[in-house]
Amino acid sequence: MDIIVCVKQVPGTTEIKMNKETNTIIREGAEAIINPFDEYAIEEGVRIKEKMGGSVTVLSMGIPKVADLLRETIAVGVDNAVLLTDRAFAGADTLATSYALATAIKNMESYDLIVCGKQAIDGDTAQVGPSLAEKLGIPHTTNVKKIEEIKEGYIRCQRMTDDGYETIEMSLPAVITVVKEINEPRLPSLKGKLRAKKTEVKLLTAEDIGADVNLCGLKGSPTQVIETFVPEFEVKAEMFEGSAKEQAKSLADALLSMKYAKRVD
Amino acid sequence: MINIIDEKCVGCGVCVSACPFDAIDIKDDKAVILDNCTICGSCVSSCNFDAIDFQKEESDDTIDKSEYHGIWVFGEQRNNEVLPVVFELLGEGRKLAEELAVPLSVVLMGSNLADKAHTLISYGADNVYMVEDESLETYNDQSYTDIFTQLVNTYKPEIILIGATTYGRSLAPRIASRLNTGLTADCTYLSIDKETGNLMQTRPAFGGNLMATIVCPDRRPQMSTVRPKVMKPIEPDSTRTGEVIRPNVNIPENIKIKVIDQVQTLCEKVSLTEADIIVAGGRGMGEPKNFELVKELADVLGGAVGATRATVDAGWIDYSHQVGQTGKTVGPKVYFACGISGAVQHLAGMSSSDIIIAINKDADAPIFKVATYGIVGDVLEVLPELIKEFKGRL
Repeated sequence: MDIIVCVKQVPGTTEIKMNKETNTIIREGAEAIINPFDEYAIEEGVRIKEKMGGSVTVLSMGIPKVADLLRETIAVGVDNAVLLTDRAFAGADTLATSYALATAIKNMESYDLIVCGKQAIDGDTAQVGPSLAEKLGIPHTTNVKKIEEIKEGYIRCQRMTDDGYETIEMSLPAVITVVKEINEPRLPSLKGKLRAKKTEVKLLTAEDIGADVNLCGLKGSPTQVIETFVPEFEVKAEMFEGSAKEQAKSLADALLSMKYAKRVD
Repeated sequence: MINIIDEKCVGCGVCVSACPFDAIDIKDDKAVILDNCTICGSCVSSCNFDAIDFQKEESDDTIDKSEYHGIWVFGEQRNNEVLPVVFELLGEGRKLAEELAVPLSVVLMGSNLADKAHTLISYGADNVYMVEDESLETYNDQSYTDIFTQLVNTYKPEIILIGATTYGRSLAPRIASRLNTGLTADCTYLSIDKETGNLMQTRPAFGGNLMATIVCPDRRPQMSTVRPKVMKPIEPDSTRTGEVIRPNVNIPENIKIKVIDQVQTLCEKVSLTEADIIVAGGRGMGEPKNFELVKELADVLGGAVGATRATVDAGWIDYSHQVGQTGKTVGPKVYFACGISGAVQHLAGMSSSDIIIAINKDADAPIFKVATYGIVGDVLEVLPELIKEFKGRL
């Protein structure tokens, strides 16, 4: 079974604080990391390969430096690493990203399953998985928490829903996006680390994969960010004092009077 | 592309700290854009000297926007019940529709839904596009995408609003990808740009630490998924009139994806993402058995139970209850944070709640910064008192 895992490089922290005096963002400097949800995707890919044979390829799009992060995934059992890197890809929204990934995947020899993390922790959109499946014309399931059965041309998995889960059957090839409940990612092995050192990450440009540059990057992105700002939590909490009993009573008073006020409206 | 205008740049470095991706450096007293720039545009508004130039290359194949007209809401139903988020979107859609002077419509898919149309109209819909077929009774990514796209291609709406539920966030990107149009995820604020008539979509990113306003200027329809519990429904008016349209569509065959079983694990009557009241517990609850207090208060108030990542990881409660960046995003009317310190990842999942009540031993806990009401005290003493108090008064 040949598996492709799509991963994204994200900033190591999502913490953004505002410098009130200069009105700018203070970013606690942190190394770039592989999106945490994608680690579960890698682990799931490797587990399926270990059970069924085949290969796991990680695929990413980003600046050349991302290659270092991709190489590290070799140490946890990934076989091949491919990085789409080209100025033409810069500024891509989820549609342009899906187009580039799909174009690269169409060039690959064969694949049975594509695994993505549920969402990236910087954008939080959760859109690339389904959008990629559409571009490839194959089915997808989001928020997968367990693979019950997988075999040639068939997968049965559990998807987390808003109030529980559902069991879904799909024909393969297909895309799944996974939640953290699906597994516990392993630590890299020493042997794996040595292998990672020797592994070349395959770098591909837009031209290499035959992508239409009008559909890539900023140019291929229908959405545009026009403003960003740091939300202010300037709520001043009303604190209740006294014994636990008194505090509970004051809180109940406050809440119930509010409810009542709303009803009168 | 983003360019620094060297003549204007004074090398103050404000843009360096404004960049969420660490992609700007100062070299020889001038800002330099590095290779890892994602062209997000955050730096442009930070510059006090207009020294950053942000130009989007015009794509050649712009469409005729005037062909697209009206606002659509996806009428998500589960077990033949229209979800509350649909009524919220109709409330918001009504405002936008009035501003643009266009009709507001709902797309309803399922089976045996005839009685739902009138309710949707009373909540503000002018038209209900109804597609009924046995195969549509439960949500299915393939069939729903296929039918929805057929309808968009026939009727050409300019805006589509979809609830940011599990299904909505799966369906919307699939449709947007097929239509090659823009989609903004999990919006919490929508408005119309008076000049262009474009939909301005504001959403949290970076786990809620950064808000971004996004537009889709050249493509139609403009699509957003919208976070549940943020928008307000209008007061239903049963005298409102509207049209029920039963469009001709091809119901897809050869379905490659099949739902074979659905299991409800959240034992409450209300699901976490739709709940008006959530009582959530954190590490401060001390041990798993104390979570019973959280459950009891939730029961008394008719609410749902939430939990932090730490308690889920420790195995105190099932993952389906987890609120926060790696769990669920909620926005109830009242959120009780019991023994929760308020890690930024947790705040990301609940800070849009209307009223937040924090109960924590530590007066300096970050949760108090977002709280409406705070109690500094032992949650194990306060909760039983609260349960008593509400039991006696509700």
